[in-house]
Amino acid sequence: MKVTIDGQEIEVEAGTTILQAARMIGGEVVPPAMCYYSKLKGSGGKCRCCLVDVTKGSDADPRPMPKLMASCVTGCQDGMEIASKASPRVQEARKAVTEFLLINHPLDCPICDQAGECDLQNLSFEHGKSESRFIEEKRTFEPEDIGPHIQLHMNRCILCQRCVQVADQLTDDRVHGVLDRGDHANISTYISKAIDNEFSGNMIDVCPVGALTDKTFRFKSRVWFNKPYNAHRECTTPGCCGKTTVWMFGNEIQRVTGRKDEFHEVEEFICNTCRFDKKEVTDWVIEGPREFEKDSVINQNNYTQKLEKVEIATEKNILLGRDQDRKKISMAANPLDTNTKKS
Amino acid sequence: MSQKILLDKINIPGIKTYEVYRQNGGYASVEKALKTLTPDEVVEEVKTSGLRGRGGAGFPAGMKWSFIDKKSGKPRHLVCNADESEPGTFKDRYLMEFIPHLLIEGMITSSYALGANLSYIYIRGEYMWVFKILERAIAEAKAAGFLGKNILGSGFDLELHVHCGAGAYICGEETALIESLEGKRGNPRIKPPFPAVSGLWANPTVVNNVETIAAVPWIVNNSGADYAKIGIGRSTGTKLISASGHIKNPGVYEIELGLSVYEFMNSDEYLGGMSSDRPLKAFVPGGSSVPVLPAHLIYKTAAGEDRLMSYESLSDGGFATGSMLGSGGFIVYNDTSCIVRNTWNFSRFYHHESCGQCTPCREGTGWMEKVLHRIENGHGREEDIELLLSIQSKIEGNTICPLGDAAAWPVAAAIRHFREEFEYHIRFPEKIKNRDHFVAEPFEKVKHLVSKVIV
Amino acid sequence: MVHTHYKQEINMTSALMSRINELISNYPEDKRKSALLPVLHEVQDAHDNWLSTELQDKVAEILQIKPIEVYEVVTFYTMYNQRPIGKYMFEFCQTSPCCLNGVEDLMDYTCEKLGVQVGEPTADGLFEVRGVECLGACGYAPMMQLGDFYKEHLTAAKIDQLIADCKDDKIILHDK
Repeated sequence: MKVTIDGQEIEVEAGTTILQAARMIGGEVVPPAMCYYSKLKGSGGKCRCCLVDVTKGSDADPRPMPKLMASCVTGCQDGMEIASKASPRVQEARKAVTEFLLINHPLDCPICDQAGECDLQNLSFEHGKSESRFIEEKRTFEPEDIGPHIQLHMNRCILCQRCVQVADQLTDDRVHGVLDRGDHANISTYISKAIDNEFSGNMIDVCPVGALTDKTFRFKSRVWFNKPYNAHRECTTPGCCGKTTVWMFGNEIQRVTGRKDEFHEVEEFICNTCRFDKKEVTDWVIEGPREFEKDSVINQNNYTQKLEKVEIATEKNILLGRDQDRKKISMAANPLDTNTKKS
Repeated sequence: MSQKILLDKINIPGIKTYEVYRQNGGYASVEKALKTLTPDEVVEEVKTSGLRGRGGAGFPAGMKWSFIDKKSGKPRHLVCNADESEPGTFKDRYLMEFIPHLLIEGMITSSYALGANLSYIYIRGEYMWVFKILERAIAEAKAAGFLGKNILGSGFDLELHVHCGAGAYICGEETALIESLEGKRGNPRIKPPFPAVSGLWANPTVVNNVETIAAVPWIVNNSGADYAKIGIGRSTGTKLISASGHIKNPGVYEIELGLSVYEFMNSDEYLGGMSSDRPLKAFVPGGSSVPVLPAHLIYKTAAGEDRLMSYESLSDGGFATGSMLGSGGFIVYNDTSCIVRNTWNFSRFYHHESCGQCTPCREGTGWMEKVLHRIENGHGREEDIELLLSIQSKIEGNTICPLGDAAAWPVAAAIRHFREEFEYHIRFPEKIKNRDHFVAEPFEKVKHLVSKVIV
Repeated sequence: MVHTHYKQEINMTSALMSRINELISNYPEDKRKSALLPVLHEVQDAHDNWLSTELQDKVAEILQIKPIEVYEVVTFYTMYNQRPIGKYMFEFCQTSPCCLNGVEDLMDYTCEKLGVQVGEPTADGLFEVRGVECLGACGYAPMMQLGDFYKEHLTAAKIDQLIADCKDDKIILHDK
């Protein structure tokens, strides 16, 4: 069957979703996806980032769909026409979702290990604003220790539920899930049980944000200071492909991850032994450098691009926060002179 | 006195019991359907009747039934939605508490029409005593041979059970209800597939409101055509209205659709007018999620016609000057009530009840509540009104299920019709310090202050 | 996350187990999980109205599901309590129609009378006041839920009477 996305036609098989069709076309028509993961059953539909406008339902029923549709869970129909990036309505909705995802997000990218390869960062880069309209107190969660390998930062979580699907579909004993509801819904094991399973580390790879990060890599380096290489080893764990990306700083392997494609999905899942325990160069057969995206946040300051002068209007922006923070960071010009004390 | 279909026998002593219900013509529709009609003929009668879903959306029930997948050969289920939780609505509880066998009769006849052999009534967990009433009534019906194997020798088998929720408004959404019935969190499913194809345990399923199912026996006993004669236009039949707020006679009423809002509000047969001499300020006709209307749009539409209790008339004028019949939760406000406070209250409700699955609703409902709470407590900013409109428009239409819309509409409507009240809260924070600020000084008396302030 | 320092004695009596099995039989053999919500209600009613993690694990075992599946459900629905609560929990509906009829004043009155804040049990563990969302009794406002039952058309005098009746052990909480 034939579908048209932003004017580009493509032939797809029945059962293909709009998002998959857009990914086949590639380029700018591909909607952002924060919760959909092609390798996880039942993923998608939740984050609402990939909303598109179906301007023509199909040849058989050409009526447009009244609401924007989540492209990751909407099947293509023959003759369907879809507006993605080309539609101002879609652009508006993506901005809206981005804003919603960010209002309670801690925005702690400077100390977040995911920074540089974070889907939320990419999303806000594309659809976000530099200022926030949210002046309320942000929602926070109590920290929870979920074991020796994986660091959980619930405050950063966007509840895509991919990690729950990993636990359901890759491991035989899921011990964590989504607890509570509404804006207090959170990923937890409920009683601080350690998540301990040979494939649990894949949760880190599927997490689109910095909610689940690798404890063995914690605060070691910014991801953009590492050089990724494709590597493999003879892995004896049943179900593990042994094919990974190792992230090196000089001769040191600082991190091991699955190999991610252009949509940030791992090509194949790997086991925890490969991920956490094999950090010696001698553990691996290094195949060669791994390509990375030209236009990602990680690559923004790459020397091959023309550098533009960055101006940070510190004086203008830095004091705009909440009152209590302002008090904390503001100092009187002369601390001893009470007359010049700032409010 | 208008015709009663659902509540005509409600005052018969002992009607709660099987014997009395049966003596008064109960279960006749089961006998008629199973002995003389094919399932498709029952569906046809319901289609002809024009009966519309009474849970709020108003989708034609017969049409919904005809979508159920009978070809796959999978077992089919009928699930009754008794999760009544929409603020302002308490009609289903009344029906189930006082005439439980009517619902059970409707479930049997409807299950027969759909070819369902295993059906459930999903009741909200707070109605625990009604859960027990239904359990007992089901046992009575089973003992009398109306449930179980080979009912009335017709070869039709049906098991009917009642299942309880545990405190979640979202389970009133049909796919969340199914999830909850499967023993899971009440997260609405992504559609398609619709329940008619893949519902309970991935089997074809129809979910209907209590009141919808309770209307089926009358339709089968009489005829779809007779039912369609009651009411007005496409609003056929009767509707239960739950009335609350500042009125003389709050309670549940059965009305013929098409009754004028004025008569419903003021006649002694129904609400009997306002509860005190304080004047009418606003009303919500269909439960908390539908737009609130100001006094001048209640009895007359913007076009100057009489406003009627019907799907069409209540929505006349669209959201600009109309509202919706919804679930029939009729809430009346006099001039002591504060629209800002009420809107905040509803927002808190939706924030509390959001399941948290999709982004706009999870994040947006909480944001709106916080902004409204600030305004109501004297910490509002001028730009907050536009901010609220912006947030609600970003939630509306972008969520998995209608809860997002339900949270967005009341906020938009309140600002649309009562913007000055929001401005008053923002500009005169010292005047709204107490929660009953309009009791001593209703807004009409201080309204002039708002326009004098130059922003 | 959960408070694990509260301890609860688990007592799955034979009456409770037979009721649980009756509820399980309402669903197809391979769909035991469907009975989770009603079973949790029964188990909670029989255990001072709250569910410890140990008790939740027990329910998981009975229904042959993973403990996390029970935790996910217990934390989603508001009627399941995850800590010990006052024996007589006054759950006032605080949604709009009840507010129009003065429920906020009544809650203040009750809290003052019991000397507690909303959401904290009295020192003797007998009472607790909670504000909940719409209970579907808008026409009979103001109202509250006490155990399995609704107390409607409340007034300060009726609250006084209820508190007295609770103290005299005259209130039935569950219809068994």
